[in-house]
Amino acid sequence: MTVFKHEMKQGKISLIIWTGAIAFLFLTCVLIYPEMRGSVDELNEMFASMGNFTQAFGMDKVNIGEFMGFYAVECGEILGLGGGIFAAMLGVASLSKEERGRTAEFLLTHPVSRVSVAVQKLLACVVQIIIMNAAIFAVTAVSAIAIGEEPDFKILALFHLAYVFLQIELAAVTFGISAFLRGGAIGIGIGAAALMYFLSLVSNMVESAEFLKYITPFGYTDGAQIVSDGALEWKLIALGAVYSAAAITCGLIKYTKKDIA
Amino acid sequence: MEAIKVTSLTKYYGKARGVIDVDLAVNEGDFFGFIGPNGAGKSTTIRTALGLIKPTSGSVSVLGKEPFKDRKAMLSDVGYIPSEAMFYGGMRVSDCIKLSADLRGMDCAEEAKKLCERLSLDTTKKINQLSLGNRKKVAIVCAMQHKPKLYVLDEPTSGLDPLMQKEFFSLLEERNKEGATIFLSSHILSEVERHCKKAAIIREGRIAACDSVDKLGQTNVKRVMLRGVEEIPAMDGIRDMKSEDNSVSFLYNGDVKSLLEMIISLPVADITVAQPDLDEIFMHYYQEGEDR
Repeated sequence: MTVFKHEMKQGKISLIIWTGAIAFLFLTCVLIYPEMRGSVDELNEMFASMGNFTQAFGMDKVNIGEFMGFYAVECGEILGLGGGIFAAMLGVASLSKEERGRTAEFLLTHPVSRVSVAVQKLLACVVQIIIMNAAIFAVTAVSAIAIGEEPDFKILALFHLAYVFLQIELAAVTFGISAFLRGGAIGIGIGAAALMYFLSLVSNMVESAEFLKYITPFGYTDGAQIVSDGALEWKLIALGAVYSAAAITCGLIKYTKKDIA
Repeated sequence: MEAIKVTSLTKYYGKARGVIDVDLAVNEGDFFGFIGPNGAGKSTTIRTALGLIKPTSGSVSVLGKEPFKDRKAMLSDVGYIPSEAMFYGGMRVSDCIKLSADLRGMDCAEEAKKLCERLSLDTTKKINQLSLGNRKKVAIVCAMQHKPKLYVLDEPTSGLDPLMQKEFFSLLEERNKEGATIFLSSHILSEVERHCKKAAIIREGRIAACDSVDKLGQTNVKRVMLRGVEEIPAMDGIRDMKSEDNSVSFLYNGDVKSLLEMIISLPVADITVAQPDLDEIFMHYYQEGEDR
């Protein structure tokens, strides 16, 4: 597990910064909620009259005057984009950074198989994602209790779980891409996350584009949907797992065969 | 058994030439030099032997194992110094050396300490504060701390000061005496001439010559110097002609009698005929290729 430990150490600072930044936004969001609630009628009216955008952000499904409704819409966007970009950057840099920094030559001339290197790196991505989400969940739970709300912890947990799946899927897909790259990968990571995010917005807004939810992992992280259903869309998550497995397999096959620059 | 056996190895990077039809045999216990200018294919050959790149055709066997398939088993007995030693920037030297040992699943702390002392390497520094020479020292420690059977060294002395080069070579000589095989790639002839027993010369992706260093030096080529003449008639087998100060010097490879006949017709004051040094022979192998 040397490579895994090494990856965790290398990613430590970036993990702390991203977790800190997202947790801070969550904290802010939760703490301003009591003030928002005061003017909730106006808000509801305003949000309900934004046409397609109301649907895009799922605000037609929940009451933003309730804590969970507010949380699902506001914090869902932050965790979706912030966490998604973090996960995609982790995944896409995972293998390609070694060739870009020319450290692949060092790493791969040690008696470690390439599959083992790749799997340990992937595992490090997944563990970092779990650590980040656990920390954010803890900050949310504590700050919600601090403002005197009693959120439904089952739904809150499901909501966060959906985003863990989303991030793992993004990391897995970009990890697969990573095996094909030699450098300049970060842009592709951010691009992939942003693309998936916008696909989900389109899928929510335009009825004929609803099929897109079968492609983008943001299809199963519709916070408003999770809150109103009280359940996750396991079918979509399973589909995401299939995409992830396919991407990882392609990545591993490529990585064991490729010439290392 | 051969430590490294390369059989008709060809590697193309897309359309760009890497190496063409290279044959090479390095016996166990050899101190083997691999000489060629930049871009001749030294690193390509080495990277294929280490399983970093796949041959286009031909095969490589290292310590009896096939690098691309049996990489893990093969690499545990190999120490490699890359020509451009790169490490993880934010790490300390000591952590990097430890990482290398951990990746081998070994505790080499004691040997690492000895090596760092002999190479006077400060292990508390961060990698990105190091000069090229000091990065090279880290690579040397990483390649030697586990006492492998085979050392693959790709231009290992670049960046090292002469004192460190000397220390490095005495380390290599010690390991070689203990039975390890050393494969040293270099474009500096003098270090190959001084330390290696056998050598191969590579040019433009092909092996130009491969023999013991002594024999490589024993060619029919002579360095001839004539004093008292400014010009000599054109003749087959003469190259690298220099004339200065009422004397002419050239390399000659051909029939000795016709050379003497030519010299007799000249107002020669003095004559010297000498074995060329390896440097000149090296040039000779090179120009032979260009003449073709």
